[in-house]
Amino acid sequence: MTEPRKARVATVSLAGCFGCHMAILDIDERLIELMKLVEFDRSPLTDMKTFTRRCDIGIIEGGCCNEENVHVLRDFRRNCDVLIAIGQCAIMGGLPAMRNAIMHSDAPLRECLEEAYITGRYIRNTTHNIPNDPALPLLLDQVYPCSDVVQIDYQIPGCAPSGDVIFNMLSQLLAGRFHGFGHENIRFD
Amino acid sequence: MTSPDFTFVIDGRAIPGKPGQTIMEAADAAGIYIPRLCDHEGLRHQGGCRVCTVKAAGRSVSACTQPAAPDLVVESETPHINKLRRDLVEMLFHEGNHLCPICEASGNCELQAMAYRLDMTAPTKMPYLEPCRELDVSHPDIALDTNRCISCGRCIRASQDVDHKGVFGYVGRGIHRRVAVNGSDLAHTDAAVTDHAISAEVCPVGCILRKRVGFATPIGEREFDHGPIGHEIEGGSSD
Ligand code: SF4
Ligand code: SF4
Ligand code: FES
Repeated sequence: MTEPRKARVATVSLAGCFGCHMAILDIDERLIELMKLVEFDRSPLTDMKTFTRRCDIGIIEGGCCNEENVHVLRDFRRNCDVLIAIGQCAIMGGLPAMRNAIMHSDAPLRECLEEAYITGRYIRNTTHNIPNDPALPLLLDQVYPCSDVVQIDYQIPGCAPSGDVIFNMLSQLLAGRFHGFGHENIRFD
Repeated sequence: MTSPDFTFVIDGRAIPGKPGQTIMEAADAAGIYIPRLCDHEGLRHQGGCRVCTVKAAGRSVSACTQPAAPDLVVESETPHINKLRRDLVEMLFHEGNHLCPICEASGNCELQAMAYRLDMTAPTKMPYLEPCRELDVSHPDIALDTNRCISCGRCIRASQDVDHKGVFGYVGRGIHRRVAVNGSDLAHTDAAVTDHAISAEVCPVGCILRKRVGFATPIGEREFDHGPIGHEIEGGSSD
């Protein structure tokens, strides 16, 4: 008998700080256990930049702050059966979404960039320019949670969620018996 | 214990009640926690947030203001009522700027703890109002970030009734109603860091902050890291 096929997992960090990926590594030695059940496809952990084939699970860190994030997120939705948003940034925008609350002026994006690169009190930017290289993805008007852009199947709250919560959630999901978090596992910080 | 003046029922359990007690006060004494945000021990009841909504004799009432009465039948921990409570808490998250990962109150915050208790894991499809109110850091010892205020009025009642000062008050009407200080900014009021209204226990969220003590207790070792909100009341119960 052949062994059952391993679940294929892809991961990506969008507008996040990579902390959620660090939290995935916080699974520590249980990663060995997990690796018996899964193999990683496209992911910063494998350094693969594109999907080699369809995946069972896509794990998204970070929300969408620029057009590239949206493009990648849609690509994940197309190529993964189940999408999991991990961490507050993916779920509700997180720290990058702090800029949403200051976006009420007539030219909010300009104001935000000017403060970040030119007028801010603690800025030392000798060029006095806002970066505008054509290779840079365009910023969106706001930072959007992943669920505003595509259908998300599961969300793991936390900033970042602990390795334990991620491990338990993934192993329950792989065993087909994930029924939500007990409230002791819900954390926004 | 003296013999109870009457009994009534919460979620099928007979509860002793005394004349003049609210449903919540009687529930607390019996080790039953009813979720709440605007009610706070030692302050007069306001009945504003409605998170304590229960069904008493089939009607929705706020447990913090509704008197307990003989043979009253109260429902509290039902999926329907908890859904209503969660809706209210979710709306509070949408009304202000609640970025818990950068908030000094995280882990001590009653709004956040209530969201955990009510299993709020993801934002709703409602829009965020994203207020953009100026921080008030004018006072040497106190900072105010009213973008996190849930208008519970606890600071207002504490300042008026306990400190006899009136530093805080409501301004505006309807959806524009919010809490403001009685002066051009906090430095131009008689607020002192020793006021009850400024103490850590009165503001349930990260709006009234005491300067120079932030993050003295690290995230992960704070009040609600040791148990869900309400556990100190439920801890005394039979289960
Ligand atoms: S006040 Fe409470 S709910 Fe709001 S950001 Fe701070 S910790 Fe989170
Ligand atoms: S400042 Fe705090 S205590 Fe006062 S109304 Fe707002 S949330 Fe309540
Ligand atoms: S606690 Fe009763 S209405 Fe707020």
